[in-house]
Amino acid sequence: MRFVHQIKPRDIEHGGIASAQIKRELREGGVSAHDARRAGIVAFEGEMNLIVYSVRGGTVEVDVYPDSIEIVVEDDGPGIGDIDLALTPGYSTAPDWATELGFGAGMGLPNMQRNSDGFEIHSHMGTGTRIRCRIERREDDPARTGHSA
Amino acid sequence: MQMRDVVSLVEADVLAAGAREDLLIDRAYAVDLLSDVLALTDERTTLITGNVSPQVIRVAEILNVIAVIFVRGKRPSPATVARAEQLGIPLMSTKKTMFETCGLLYGNGVRPCKNRPVESME
Repeated sequence: MRFVHQIKPRDIEHGGIASAQIKRELREGGVSAHDARRAGIVAFEGEMNLIVYSVRGGTVEVDVYPDSIEIVVEDDGPGIGDIDLALTPGYSTAPDWATELGFGAGMGLPNMQRNSDGFEIHSHMGTGTRIRCRIERREDDPARTGHSA
Repeated sequence: MQMRDVVSLVEADVLAAGAREDLLIDRAYAVDLLSDVLALTDERTTLITGNVSPQVIRVAEILNVIAVIFVRGKRPSPATVARAEQLGIPLMSTKKTMFETCGLLYGNGVRPCKNRPVESME
């Protein structure tokens, strides 16, 4: 299974629609609720980053393999100046308009990282950013899953 | 607590009834910043928020949030309410503040959901 979503810059009104759709597509494709939830969080944070920060938007690509889900979020600018700083929980360079809407808590990249089993980020100023997240698939634990959708 | 008891306790208007009024609400998380919501680890959670952006219901769907209580008299757009109806996620709106809403629910047995603290992140 493969899904590709194009995300427009500054399109806050539609922010999150692609990620909610990705979660539904994964569930419909037989992915467990646990894994679909993790993938949805990774996709949402990536999608919102593209909306808030990217110059020309970007893509969220999802590939489903028998043992894993791979999500690649990519744009062509502006790029991240200090990746270690950007990965620090609470650090944010979000503009005021995004903060006023409830974004910019400085948890985007850390949330992507914590919900992934493999996390790679490559970014260069002027070239863009590519984030690759791998989620190892597992079956649902009925004791922890309170919702089946 | 069942949802109907929560509605009575915080004097909420039910905007989207969702699945059923006997829905068990036993854990909650109160926050306005959506990225903080996405840091949640517990799945059977009710969200208490003053954030009425369209993203709230999308985040609720992704996280399997079972119900949303909007505080301070806030109400999301009709499109958001309609989407919640489609998804079966109950939406409530109370004029009470977030602090008072949390206090009332806690005093009646609703407990915090598990949330991994920032300092424990690797």
